[in-house]
Amino acid sequence: MKILVCITHVPDTTSKIQFTADNTKFDTTGVQFIIGPYDDYALARAVELRDQTGGKLTVLNVGEAETEPTLRKALAIGADEAIRINATPKDSYFVAQQIAHVAKEGGYDLILMGRESIDFNGGMVHGMVGELLGMPSFSPVMKLDLEGTTVKMAREIEGGKEMLEAQLPLIAGCQEPIAEWKIPNMRGIMSARTKPLSVVEAVSEETQAETKKYELPPVKGAVKLVDKDQVSELVKLLKNEAKVL
Amino acid sequence: MSVLVYIEHAEGQVKKTSLEAVSYAYALAQKTGEGEVVAVALGAIDSSELAKVGSAGAAKVFHAGDDRLTAGVIQAHASAVAQAFEKVGAKTLILAKSSLGDAVAARLSIKLGAGLVSNVVELPDTKEGYAVKRSIYTGKAFAITELTTEKKILAVKKNAVDMKTDGGPATVESLELTIPEADFASKITHTERSTGDVLLPEADIVVSGGRGMKGPENWGMIEDLAKTLGAATGCSKPVSDIGWRPHHEHVGQTGIKVAPSLYIAIGISGAIQHLAGVNSSKCIVVINKDPEAPFFKAADYGIVGDAFEVVPKLNEALKAEL
Repeated sequence: MKILVCITHVPDTTSKIQFTADNTKFDTTGVQFIIGPYDDYALARAVELRDQTGGKLTVLNVGEAETEPTLRKALAIGADEAIRINATPKDSYFVAQQIAHVAKEGGYDLILMGRESIDFNGGMVHGMVGELLGMPSFSPVMKLDLEGTTVKMAREIEGGKEMLEAQLPLIAGCQEPIAEWKIPNMRGIMSARTKPLSVVEAVSEETQAETKKYELPPVKGAVKLVDKDQVSELVKLLKNEAKVL
Repeated sequence: MSVLVYIEHAEGQVKKTSLEAVSYAYALAQKTGEGEVVAVALGAIDSSELAKVGSAGAAKVFHAGDDRLTAGVIQAHASAVAQAFEKVGAKTLILAKSSLGDAVAARLSIKLGAGLVSNVVELPDTKEGYAVKRSIYTGKAFAITELTTEKKILAVKKNAVDMKTDGGPATVESLELTIPEADFASKITHTERSTGDVLLPEADIVVSGGRGMKGPENWGMIEDLAKTLGAATGCSKPVSDIGWRPHHEHVGQTGIKVAPSLYIAIGISGAIQHLAGVNSSKCIVVINKDPEAPFFKAADYGIVGDAFEVVPKLNEALKAEL
């Protein structure tokens, strides 16, 4: 069983989002980068499935050299080897092509990633890779179990979930509660230093979109406090001032 | 030439978010002169229900009534919409951002060679090129993204345009498709959907509770308030993690992102991860006994007080007013 987990290298969820260079670049000042939280769920489930079935777990990221600590962390959590595609991710299509190429070469049975990255929130890459490889793709997947080559999944839909059955190979965009996040232990951290991390060049430069500028939402005014014994006052404000009732 | 809209339905009704997507397509076609709006609907649904899509601006609905398409089989839906796109001769596909919509749109992007932008929050700027404004960093910022392909797919976020309601009925035409058998290889064996309630991702008003509610047995007052308001109920991550409420009610960074007109947070402190799920709300009301709760900084209105005292009073006041 060969499992590929694609991870993103994204600002920590508590980061203050700011831009520089006339709002054309993300400001990385003081920002700590992490494995995307959804990718972390995918990785955790992949480690469990690898332990259950044996085989190999490869983790992949499309990014410049600064993303290597993020890949090393994935190795510490339990991946067996890492691949970094040496390129700045330009858009979802660009990233999907790189992943599809590695996936094809590697002949993976199962490809997991987060339902979306938490920087651009596109949630497109799994579906694009699926179509490029002619494989079924599912997202957002909140449960994934293997029974031989049959994969039983639960996919979240508005107000509920649907249960699915499909055959390997397939691709899934994951989210909680597919597995509990795993925190690397000391042995994992030590062994991650010597696990293989290969760097390959991008296979295509093609894109479909280019982000030209960023904007921040308007700053919120101060909260208007209503006395707890005057709740009807709040109802009036919601009706007449905010006009949301 | 036409703009194509992929519409979804559940429980025999076209989803409200799909009507918003049709409204968006109508406004777009008005702006770019791309002709009329044509919708495509898949699976079993009454023609009379589909004709109502006209009110949001669609002139025509193509209906592929194949029963196997009633459930949202991702690959089959992608093949079906791709065929409809070619038939209509469309250059632009509009759809509502949703669980199924996102999954189908990504495959369509490759099938059609069409650039895809998701989380679109307003009409594109087409003065020079095709610049689309979309929400990024989980609502903490926006990106202006230029689509460079001739064919385009826009997955539209809630409230991107005002809903159009004054159009006449659409003509409904049946559509014959040839979908590869292999597209149906994955089976949906069972669907669980909470019926009768307002769906959280689509709700116009949301009432959420946090750990300040002290236990699942106290959710009655949240549900009562939601009922009075016709609202959906949500919760914070800790609440779904400890199993007080189901996961599909978790609002936040790694849960459901909501964009209602009114969001009422009860007993939620307002961690940055929770705020990321609610920051597209038009108006936020926070009820918390801790005046230092960070949520007050992100709120429009607030009450500092005990939820167990304030919420029933608020419910009564609303009942009297509404």
